[in-house]
Amino acid sequence: MPRRDDIQSILLIGSGPIVIGQACEFDYSGTQACRVLGEDGYRVILVNSNPATIMTDPDFADATYVEPLRLDVLEAVIARERPDALLPTLGGQTALNLAMELVEAGVLEEYGVELIGADAEAIATAEDRGRFKEAMLEIGLSVPDSGIAHTMVEARSVVDSIGLPVVIRPAYILGGKGTGMAATPEEFEKAASAGIETSPISEILIEKSIAGWKEFELEVMRDRADNCVVICSIENLDPMGVHTGDSITVAPAQTLSDVEYQEMRDASFACIRRVGVETGGSNVQFAVNPATGEQVIIEMNPRVSRSSALASKATGFPIAKIAAKLAVGYTLDEIPNDITRKTPAAFEPTIDYVVTKIPRWAFEKFPGTSGVLGTSMQSVGEVMAIGRTFPESLQKGMRSLENGRLGLNCDPAEAALDEFDDDALLAAAAIATPGRITQLEALLRRGVPLEVVHSATKVDPWFLDQILSISEERLHLEDLGMDSMDRNGWKRAKRLGFADAQLAHLWGRGADEVRSVREAAGVRPTYKTVDTCGAEFAAETPYYYSTWEDEDEVVASDRPKVMILGSGPNRIGQGLEFDYCCVHASFALRDADFETIMVNCNPETVSTDYDTSDRLYFEPLTAEDVANVIDAERPIAVIVSLGGQTPLKLASTLPPGLIAGTSPESIDRAEDREQWNVLCSQLGIPQPSGGTAVDTVGALAVAGRIGYPVLVRPSYVLGGRGMEIVYDDAQLARAMAELSGLGSLGIEGGLSVERPVLVDRFLEDATEVDVDAIRDHLGEVVIGAVMEHVEEAGVHSGDSACVIPPPHLSAAVVERIEEHTRAIAEELDVRGPVNVQYAVKDDEVYVIEANPRASRTLPFVAKATGVPLAKVASRVMMGATLDELRLEGLLRERVVGDHVAVKEAVLPFDRFPEADPLLGPEMRSTGEVMGIDLTTGLAFTKSQIAAGGALPDSGTVFMSLADRDKAVGLEAARGLVDLGLDVVATSGTAEHLVANNVPVTTLVAKLGEDGVDAVELIRSGSVQMVVNSPRGRGPRSDGEHIRAAAGAEGIPLLTTANAALAAARGLADWRRFPLAVRTLQEYHEGIVAAPEEGLR
Amino acid sequence: MTRQHIVEAALVLADGEVFEGEAIGAEPEGGVATGEVVFNTVLSGYQEVITDPSYAGQIITFTVAHIGNYGVSRDDHESRRPFCRGIVVRDLARRRSSWRSSDDLDGLLRANGVPGIAGIDTRRLTRHLRDAGAMPGAFGTADASTLAAAAAAEPGTEGIDLVSEVTCDAPTVISSTGGARRIVAYDFGIKATILEHLSGLGEVTVVPAYTPADDVLAMQPDGVFLSNGPGDPGPLSDIRSIIAALLGEVPIFGICLGHQLLAGTLGAETFKLPFGHHGGNHPVRNLATGRVEITSQNHNYCVAEGSIPSAQLTHVNLNDQTVEGIRCRDVPAFSVQYHPEAGPGPHDSRYLFAEFEDMMAAVVGPAGGRG
Repeated sequence: MPRRDDIQSILLIGSGPIVIGQACEFDYSGTQACRVLGEDGYRVILVNSNPATIMTDPDFADATYVEPLRLDVLEAVIARERPDALLPTLGGQTALNLAMELVEAGVLEEYGVELIGADAEAIATAEDRGRFKEAMLEIGLSVPDSGIAHTMVEARSVVDSIGLPVVIRPAYILGGKGTGMAATPEEFEKAASAGIETSPISEILIEKSIAGWKEFELEVMRDRADNCVVICSIENLDPMGVHTGDSITVAPAQTLSDVEYQEMRDASFACIRRVGVETGGSNVQFAVNPATGEQVIIEMNPRVSRSSALASKATGFPIAKIAAKLAVGYTLDEIPNDITRKTPAAFEPTIDYVVTKIPRWAFEKFPGTSGVLGTSMQSVGEVMAIGRTFPESLQKGMRSLENGRLGLNCDPAEAALDEFDDDALLAAAAIATPGRITQLEALLRRGVPLEVVHSATKVDPWFLDQILSISEERLHLEDLGMDSMDRNGWKRAKRLGFADAQLAHLWGRGADEVRSVREAAGVRPTYKTVDTCGAEFAAETPYYYSTWEDEDEVVASDRPKVMILGSGPNRIGQGLEFDYCCVHASFALRDADFETIMVNCNPETVSTDYDTSDRLYFEPLTAEDVANVIDAERPIAVIVSLGGQTPLKLASTLPPGLIAGTSPESIDRAEDREQWNVLCSQLGIPQPSGGTAVDTVGALAVAGRIGYPVLVRPSYVLGGRGMEIVYDDAQLARAMAELSGLGSLGIEGGLSVERPVLVDRFLEDATEVDVDAIRDHLGEVVIGAVMEHVEEAGVHSGDSACVIPPPHLSAAVVERIEEHTRAIAEELDVRGPVNVQYAVKDDEVYVIEANPRASRTLPFVAKATGVPLAKVASRVMMGATLDELRLEGLLRERVVGDHVAVKEAVLPFDRFPEADPLLGPEMRSTGEVMGIDLTTGLAFTKSQIAAGGALPDSGTVFMSLADRDKAVGLEAARGLVDLGLDVVATSGTAEHLVANNVPVTTLVAKLGEDGVDAVELIRSGSVQMVVNSPRGRGPRSDGEHIRAAAGAEGIPLLTTANAALAAARGLADWRRFPLAVRTLQEYHEGIVAAPEEGLR
Repeated sequence: MTRQHIVEAALVLADGEVFEGEAIGAEPEGGVATGEVVFNTVLSGYQEVITDPSYAGQIITFTVAHIGNYGVSRDDHESRRPFCRGIVVRDLARRRSSWRSSDDLDGLLRANGVPGIAGIDTRRLTRHLRDAGAMPGAFGTADASTLAAAAAAEPGTEGIDLVSEVTCDAPTVISSTGGARRIVAYDFGIKATILEHLSGLGEVTVVPAYTPADDVLAMQPDGVFLSNGPGDPGPLSDIRSIIAALLGEVPIFGICLGHQLLAGTLGAETFKLPFGHHGGNHPVRNLATGRVEITSQNHNYCVAEGSIPSAQLTHVNLNDQTVEGIRCRDVPAFSVQYHPEAGPGPHDSRYLFAEFEDMMAAVVGPAGGRG
């Protein structure tokens, strides 16, 4: 069946900001969908609030709306665009849920929009836990014993009938949010009420726990002729009880016999047919009783998912792309397999390697969290590794994580488990935590019997034996020593995934020495192709992974090649924004006739789509792995400055002549405090006073000289890892002790002589400003944008909202900032992007730091101004001048219009209820959104809606402010009262407001005092917004409880007075003007506000 | 379990390509195992593949990296013993894990005298076979020149009657597990899973490959089944004569070699594919419905398209457009090149057994009508 001609325009909904459970895999799927639908001649209308995405690049859709993903906004877009169809299955749970809201509100019917891919009935059958269970029983599939509840009374009656332990699964959620396990009645009360709270329809499924069973997933596709195929089977190393997003997973499934696998395959087809997913991809999850083989179906997602992105990268079969084509009417047999080009997509990939996915967590950023994994996803990113065997892929995955580990063992961190005796270690491994995999290895290496480890952890004996083979090899290699290694010995070690760095650690040698001895023995890596078919057909797509075999499949090319190092696993501080930059570099350099080579290990990204670059190497980003790719490809240049800190850290291991753009010396000059100070003073640019220290004594001496408060920050980190503002000697000493602890374990941000800590005077109440600029080799500098932060200096720039153009800076200050930026770029001899941060206090401009590399804000600036800065930067790095790029048409002028763009951070505190949801110098946001409109207030309000914290239009605002915030807070309170909201406050704040003629309706008691306190008030539901600004990291128990209560109740929480003021102004504008949506393409043409709107 | 003792071994192909590895399974006589080297791309089902008699004369290379993970089960044997000449794998599991398993794969190989070689760059081997075609080879612990000589001397499968090696000696009867049909199944190397499906239709009498047509017709079967089997259909002219005598007398269903023999009887030409189809992921279009079936395949020889005027094409392979199924226009007989019974592989095509029942019903009336 060919393409449908009865539809011309298709609305796609993206997944919004990166949050835990929904990350850049949906940028990957959405980008693919935009591309194929556009190529097929459809008009593509895209709505996504996330400016860091590649899909929202204006080239990818005909109409790109960077607008909040909310019903009223979507309705406005639909009313304006009148699409023929809505494809809801490529934007994660967000898109699916919004599509359902649009159906229920009658919007799709009113405007005649057809749901394609999955209809409302299918979505409801899959997502509604009760209906799904009924549907599965109806077709004869087993499900765990369970019952549905909407209230605690119903919940208790369900658990009485099925018995503890149970799992609680809320309906219509993503990433297992609100899901919990309960083994005791107390745990049940807590978990069930949390689940009811989390579900948008207050519905939970209470399911008999089958923790310890084996867990599998099948990625299934179906077309409208009812052809069904399995793209990939995935087996979880972690048994049931750990969310699959938090599990180490392996493809293909390893421990299922064909009889069992085919039973599962049949069940997955029965499931997708019964649910009624007409076309596209679905993910079906199963649990298998290891003792009897009994199979039960756990859930299905009627859409592409994180697992389908993984399956696409694992097999070379692009699920999202194919799903988009199936949605518009093609059948699988009509679509060619991209990789073989000769065979059709109607087949099931077979793979001749093993893929391992390992999650990456960020518990260190959320003090107070337990770090125990469960049914609610907590990881912030993941790596995928490809090896010919499981041990090889596991070890490659471990070193891809960039958490200080060199592999599964054989590294300094290995010793951290030495202090535990066998029993303690076994007890620890019985609980799923990020450290479990290395605990398993240590237990097996010590000789604890595999059966004992299995019975304590339920990890399948096959996986344990594979891990044991690594442990045994490690012991064997240790005995053997490097000098006894022969060719077969090297080959065996490398085939088990040992990195040269691991062996160097084991033998007390240098990694370079290990490498040269190994190479002298004739053992070098080979690259194999990911080809969907186990080599049965020739592959046309150069998608490679390294392994240690006989034959290398890399096909030589004599074109000039540029290698781009990606950003590795998503983590807080380094995520989608950097993938955007790498992908744009690849696009721009391909257009300029370079052959581009991408190296990355993150399966969620667009950069690891084999379509993005000419060649893709799915490899860990370590010195050895990158050097091997360089040997294989011989690029003329390597780009290290677009992927965040990950590639930058590798720069020193690369041949200096290969590094594109700004030289490593310049990067060091900006990073090295002494050199940087000299540079600033030469240029006459003021800096906050400060110094560096490698120990506590040194830090105290610096603080003694410059005075408190001081900002403490490690060098060479992103996302403010370990950064803190301290107010006295004791706090400073504690902060230094924590950093030196990290250093001894080789953890990011740790203190060492090479990486001293920076101690700077902290400018209280200063406005923070970010600038992105690009300088070419002739010395011309183009300023991307000057961004004013909403939160004051001291809140990490990644967690702060920021505004283009700056609303409160005078033209003179902006001009001075631009001048300073030019001077710094010139002095550093920047060849490419540079980001400079400033603090402005009383019209004095202080420079905080400069980074001659792509910044997190580059994509936001590009969306706000219409200038494709990442593309321009990559071309400049390869020698083009800005003038040339202007002539080519790539570099355009910043759009001049009346629009304002606000970037807001999205924080994951709802996943970490134990952590204090407070902003500080350490970045904790996972993602960002953009609000764009014709006034600052409207743009800010849109950004808040998009970030999930829609400001209340009426009701009561609770305010509790630190003294220093009271002036700004007063202005905010006045604005809110003028809008008709009630303000309630604690005594100090109330006194200040009343004294300045702002009425306070209720005086709220401090915690523990008589009267209704803030927490009680928030819990009672009588507060619609909380403004609570704390100070430093001092005593803060009241504030912490207040913020936690706001988080638990899901009401908007603003932790700075500036944000409260912006909110008050935003609400005023929101009331004054009707909701308007416009495309980025329109904004980039320049929109001039009508005279009555011209105020901002 | 401790780090295993490694016995180095090598695989040498007839064209001189050498692959280094380690010996597994049974020790071959004189340290040399020979056969025609083919590759199979199934992700699961190694036991069914190894015990499939169609691999007689062949050395099976598994493209999937880990083999033996879930051991072997008494329930998964496709025949009384393996007939393949050996297996080539990248990694043989040291330890199996499955509630179903009764032994590990190495145990099965040793007990049945099947040698193997592990640690091979099976992807390089597969790419070589893909480009150069399936070819004879030899592997084992013998020295390289011995292996090379053995590979050169190995005749392969072309022009050889391998059916005689695998067929049963005397008829056996499998009782019905469902239907009331009487079916005679020619054993050219028949798989247990096929018998399982046929016995769902009725009682099955399995007869040796060269059982005369008259003997079979004397049993008054409702249908005759022509099984899968190893090697080249070319030299099996006696069997084609038997089929010719059965055609039109009784409904016939053939699978794999049975399909090639039926087509050959009808005058079709067969040819050898460069490296065959061996795997569980081949897309086949059913021309009657337009639907795509993912199929299990195992054959090196193939029926040439357009060479049988008396039959219509029913199924086509979407990877290379080769013939996958035919149905006679004038007599009740049909056959498919692939394996609808699966074992191992997808279950998408099991409806063909129901079509055999429908054909028998159309010709001889409802089941039990004759009994």
